[in-house]
Amino acid sequence: MADNTEILAGLAEIVEEVAGIDAAEVSADKSFVDDLDIDSLSMVEIAVQAEDKFGVKIPDDQLAELKTVGDAVDYIAKNQ
Amino acid sequence: MTPVLRLAEPVAGARMLGLGSHQPERVVTNDELAQRIDTNDQWIRERVGIRSRRIAADDVSLVDMASDAGARAVKDSGLDPSEIDGVLVATCTMPNFIPNAAAQTAERIGIRAPAAFDLNAACAGFCYGLGMAADMVRGGTARHVLIIGAEKLSDWLDWDDRSTAIIFADGAGAAVIGPAPDAAAVGVGPVAWGSAGEMNQAIRILDGHGSKAGGALHQEGQAVFRWATTQVAPVALRAIELAGLTPADIDVFVPHQANLRIVEAVAKKLRRHGAREDMRVADDIVYSGNTSSASVPLALDHMRADGRVRSGDTVLLVGFGAGLSFAGQVVRFP
Repeated sequence: MADNTEILAGLAEIVEEVAGIDAAEVSADKSFVDDLDIDSLSMVEIAVQAEDKFGVKIPDDQLAELKTVGDAVDYIAKNQ
Repeated sequence: MTPVLRLAEPVAGARMLGLGSHQPERVVTNDELAQRIDTNDQWIRERVGIRSRRIAADDVSLVDMASDAGARAVKDSGLDPSEIDGVLVATCTMPNFIPNAAAQTAERIGIRAPAAFDLNAACAGFCYGLGMAADMVRGGTARHVLIIGAEKLSDWLDWDDRSTAIIFADGAGAAVIGPAPDAAAVGVGPVAWGSAGEMNQAIRILDGHGSKAGGALHQEGQAVFRWATTQVAPVALRAIELAGLTPADIDVFVPHQANLRIVEAVAKKLRRHGAREDMRVADDIVYSGNTSSASVPLALDHMRADGRVRSGDTVLLVGFGAGLSFAGQVVRFP
């Protein structure tokens, strides 16, 4: 089980790979859409990779609720 | 004693003998669509990778496009139309079900009395049909089969729906499949195919919506994107395995042109499994849009024209779409 710091680091790596955003920019307070400029299709790719990495399920309707990086970290921590 | 049934004489395998395609003349740019619906060129290019698409005129039918593509493929094969004994049209956008497209297309090309039928596996249709054509030839029930993917999606669109109007387009592509004289000449590998019926509602026709055909294509974009980016690469890898090859053997990859981002995501996965960096990947969607069953042969024909597919190349084809359905195979380019 990864703790929140590890989840954030792992998620940041995924965001960097999918969207080309420097992992250092990916902090808990950032909004995926407004701050990181990530579109809905990239969110799906990030979700798919996060599912593999953390052993969670992130269905599309849940995905829509994850507005910030912190939301995603909390969701993964709760569901892994 | 019950008499034993005799079977057709099988051959070593099948190979591709010719290729042809048809695109409508009219180019519709993203800017033109943006005049009617709330979208813009940059948004479309970033989300689906399309810069322009071809849309058929009102008086051009699906059969017109299928006939032109089919005639070109027959000519390219060097065969006389009289030597073709099977015609398959993969389509999901005929204006109505009867008569089918295949028999009238055959008649238009001058192919007399072939086995002729349509098949609907939506965007996977060409690869489904290619698999069937190759098995018909191999089994000896037909000698030369013309397989055509043809779609007039423009009739089945709600032109006010910006989620679909920007994606789909019209066109046709065709190939002639014939016998391989020996095992070394086999040019169509076994088809890897299947379906995901539990997701049947992900891409469907909704009644009405002001389309010409009386129904409009609708898709759950995110769900389809997720499915395609995760489930298509395994189908492609299976097709490679069935042909007895490895991903590094693939020179050219021609997936259904659904969305450039799906194409790129699947290619990336194949490279992670050993496909070469210099593998040429079809990006025909950029100027052709998503033409469903026509997209694979259209892309292949365009890549031949610009020199990116050459004789002897090992080409991986994979189609996927409504049904959901999927099919892929490895082809040796003639």
